[in-house]
Order: sequence, then C-alpha cells, then structure tokens
Amino acid sequence: MTVSEITLPTTQPTRSQGYWSNVWHKLLRDRVSVACMIVLALIILSAIFAPLLTSYDPAVGSVVQRLKPPFTEGYILGTDELGRDMLTRLLYGGRMSLIMGILPVLLALVIGGTLGTVAGFVGGWTNTIIMRATDVVFAFPSILLAVAIAGALGSGLLNALIALTVVLIPPMVRVTESATTQVRSLDFVEAARASGAGGLTIIRVHILGNILAPVVVYATSLLSVAIIMSAGLSFIGLGAKPPTPEWGLMLNTLRSAIYSQPLIAALPGVFIFAVSLSFNLLSDGLRSAMDMS
Amino acid sequence: MNTPLLSVKDLTVQFRTAKGPITAVDGIDLTLERGEVLGIIGESGSGKSVTMRALLRILPEAKTTISGNLLLDGKDALSLKGRDLASYRGGDVSMVFQEPATALDPVYTIGTQIAETVRRHRKVSRKDAQARALEMLELVRIPSPASRLGNYPHEMSGGMRQRAMIALALAAGPKLLLADEPTTALDATVQIQVILLLRELQKEMGMATIFVTHDVGVAAEISDRIAVMYAGRIVETGTAADVLKNPKHPYTQGLLSSTVQGAKPGAPIKAIPGMPPDLAQMPPGCAFAPRCPLATSTCQAAVPDLRTQGAARRVACVKVEEIA
Repeated sequence: MTVSEITLPTTQPTRSQGYWSNVWHKLLRDRVSVACMIVLALIILSAIFAPLLTSYDPAVGSVVQRLKPPFTEGYILGTDELGRDMLTRLLYGGRMSLIMGILPVLLALVIGGTLGTVAGFVGGWTNTIIMRATDVVFAFPSILLAVAIAGALGSGLLNALIALTVVLIPPMVRVTESATTQVRSLDFVEAARASGAGGLTIIRVHILGNILAPVVVYATSLLSVAIIMSAGLSFIGLGAKPPTPEWGLMLNTLRSAIYSQPLIAALPGVFIFAVSLSFNLLSDGLRSAMDMS
Repeated sequence: MNTPLLSVKDLTVQFRTAKGPITAVDGIDLTLERGEVLGIIGESGSGKSVTMRALLRILPEAKTTISGNLLLDGKDALSLKGRDLASYRGGDVSMVFQEPATALDPVYTIGTQIAETVRRHRKVSRKDAQARALEMLELVRIPSPASRLGNYPHEMSGGMRQRAMIALALAAGPKLLLADEPTTALDATVQIQVILLLRELQKEMGMATIFVTHDVGVAAEISDRIAVMYAGRIVETGTAADVLKNPKHPYTQGLLSSTVQGAKPGAPIKAIPGMPPDLAQMPPGCAFAPRCPLATSTCQAAVPDLRTQGAARRVACVKVEEIA
C-alpha cells in the first residue's frame, strides 16, 4: 500500500483571511468598540482639522464675551474666562492632549518593548539586570514619579513627555518580558532554530509576531492612563503653558469659574474622560478580537 | 571504502544544572550510510531526543557540554559556528518535531513558513520560494495544496500539520532527516499514513533518516537498522530484523515483550519492573542491572562495552553469551 492510494478527506479548505483583517472584522462586530472608534475618530479628526472647523483663534479672546454659557449666539460651547471660544480651544487643545497621551506610549512601546524582548529572550544576567532596574522604577506610584521627574526637569512639554515616557517604560518592559519568556520556550522557536534561523531572525519573526497582539492591547490600555497623566501634569503646571490650549491646563484655568459656569468648567474634563474611556474600552475590545482560539 | 554519511564517536552530552552536571547521553557511537534509516527506540528519558538535538546542534550552548566526534559528510559538525552552523541546521540536517501543533508558528501561514526556510538556505526570490513551498506540499500529498499554502496551522488537522512539518523539514533538501517521535501526537489511523509517507519520501529523496520512537511497531515498519537506548547509552544495535526477532540484551527483550503487538488477547502484558535510573544518580556498572532479571555482581563492576556479536550486531551485556 502506498500513500498515494490512501484517500484523504477532500473537504475544500476555506481561504483564510490574514490575521489582522480577521481581528478587524471581529472588532467591527463589537458595538462598544465601534462606538469607541467613532468617538476617537471624531475627536482626533476634529483636532487635526480644527482650523477648518472654526474661525476663531484659540489664543485670542474678547473681554466682553467672558464665560458665556453654551449655545450662546456665535459660541456653540460658550466662552472661557478670557472670552475665548470654548469649542475652538477644546479642538486645538485636543492636539496637544492627544500628542502628549500617544507619544509617550509609542516611545515606551519602542524602548520598553526592546528592553523587555531582550530581557525575555536572552535571560540569565541580562534579564536580572533589566528586570530589577525596572522594579526600582516600579516601586514609586506612577503619577507621583511623573510629577517628581517633570518637577525635577522643570516644567515644559518636552520634560513632561520625558517624565511620562519614563513612567510608562517599566510596565511595558514587564508585559513584553513575560510574553517573550512564554513564547521563547514554545516548540516553534526551537523548530525555527532547527531550520537554521539565527537569534535576530527568531526575535524579529517568531517572537515579535507572537507577542505583538498582547503588547498592542496593553499599549492601547496605557493610552488612557497616559492621557489622564499628561492632563494631570498640565493641570498642576508641569506641562503645557498658557495660552497653549490643553485640556488639563484648561481645567486648571477654568477652576475659578466652577461656581458661575460649572458646565464650561467641566467641558475639558468631559473630553479627557471620553478619550480615556474610549481607549480603555477599545483595548478590551481588541483583547477579545485578538483572541485567536 | 566509502565514508559513511554520519559518523558519531563517543558523543557525550552533559547538562550543567544547579545540582551539578547530569549526563544525558553517555558516549554513544553511531554510523549511518547515505539513504539508510536508523530507528532509535527506548523509554522516555533514555536520551533519544537529547541525542537528536545534539546531532542538530540545537541544545542551548550555555547549559550544555557536548564532547566527542560528530562528522556529517566529512564536516566536523561540533566545531561549526555562526553562518556555517546556521546552514548546517536545516540545510544539511533537519528535524521533524513530535508535536506539529506547537512546532509550527501560529501567526504565519504554512506557505510563508516553508518559503522562509527555503529562502534561508537558498538564494531564491520570494516568488520562487513560494513555488518551492507549493511543490513541497504536493510532495507530502496534502490535498488542494495551492489553497493550503495560505492556511494557518490552526486551520489544519493534526495529520495535515505533521505533513506540513515534514514539508518544512525537507524544503531545503537535507542530507539527514531527524524525526523525533513524529507520530506520537497523532491519531492511530493518521500515524500509519505519516509513517508510510515518510518511508516513501525517504526512498524518493534518498536522505538518510534517524527515526526516534518508543513504539517498537513503528520502528519495525520503517527502519533498516535499530539502536536501543537506555539511560543515555546504546545497549544494542543491529539490523531491524535481527534486533526485533532475536533481541539479545535483556532490556531489548523486556521492551519487546511489553508491547501489545503479537500478544495473545487477554494475556497480561509483561512490563519491565522498576523505573529507569535517575540520570543524576546512575547505578555503578550496567545501568539496567537494578531492573535486570539476569543481573549478578559482575554487572555492577563496570559499564559493559558494546561487543560485536556477528555481522553488524553489537550488544552491551556481559551475559550475552549465556542468553544466546
């Protein structure tokens, strides 16, 4: 009997879609994720195209038009304490707040991800050194550490960016390290080595390919934390400087109006809340969409 | 006289552990001619898989010491480094793993994985590598190979995955194929198909094969020669027919009488009493002596040599003359 005589079941295999298009389709079936994506897309796009959406200058106000309530003639969301259009400031402020939320996470993803992958893949002393150094940073509450670093470096956007990145690196290292350690001991890594793949190829192709999903999910959830922390730094004067529109800073300058125009004073907070919550829920949606099994 | 494809002399593998070194493979000798199939049988923990990994040089170097001689086609495989080592692994020697479900990367399609291996060993374009991958899937008789190329491992059945794994191992045209219990994780019906496939491919492509198994029936089916391993040493080798029909080492005898094949229905299966020795605390002399029905004090005096018993037959037992 030869193999060719054995008839194998000839069910036609279904053409498989790529992994990411599969994830995308699953994500589109989840209502919460779709809602979050719409909210984020609206906020991000309107921040990018702010000059097209409003004719006001975010830094110039009119003294006679101070603290107008929402839906006043000419000012849909009212005006702030210096008579500047709130909608304009919120849209322009989104630019700074989003950049300050997303950029530190991206930097932490690259730096922390590299450190974590190396620690997990190489193991031994390298792992011990990187992970224990990470633990030291971990010992401080993250918001306190961000304030301490930003305060020590002096206020300013760049320093706030550095402070946030430093704070976000340790959790990123931990997540990639544990994911890498898990993947490293799987058979296909040994199989790849058996077929002649070098260490760098194994990291690039097999490790990164397999840890990408959990790491991306985690980074998305960090976005919501980073948005809040960057707003916090600006609120206490360690981030953006007036008259730059930034949601955290706007919360601070509108504090005085909290009794006279509570709605206006709450608006930047609403935006921070919406963005942060959307990123958080989206990361949950991604997590379940990326679950292959 | 032509030189054998593979010549292993006194291969010893030690793992460095916190409790001191453990000898997993203890001075084994092997030779393999071109196109020959050697079956290695033995219990779990007898050093079969470690031997395979030592031959392929994929044991973690930081934790293991390999000594002895390992010549493949005249090339000293133990001294290979860097680029030469990478082309040795997968190019000269490749391996089919036990568990195809985990030995294939879940995030890439079968076609991508085969093409990647091809491109690692041959300077070909992406398109030619894909064509080679298709050719390989046809070779291992996967139905509708063209659409299977785009499948992820989890979209295939166990037997199909093992076929893909074999295609992957053979993609670069190795001279020596190592198969580490390739049928253990499969259903019984699929096992036979995979063994028949391996045997056919072996005849077609002519690569030498070392087939590790703990299933005596599988070894009998595919091997030209058989080596029996126990506690990191080879205790008996010979042609498959000789060893299986007329086992001389008490361990081989025990192993053969403890299979269900050929046993009378309802008759109890004779198991070898006791457990294989702890490799960290090996008994003096013959490692099998504590479990051996024929053991005497001479067995504990020294490790018995593999002594020639007729053509191509070697047995490591001091009592072999009495048994025969």
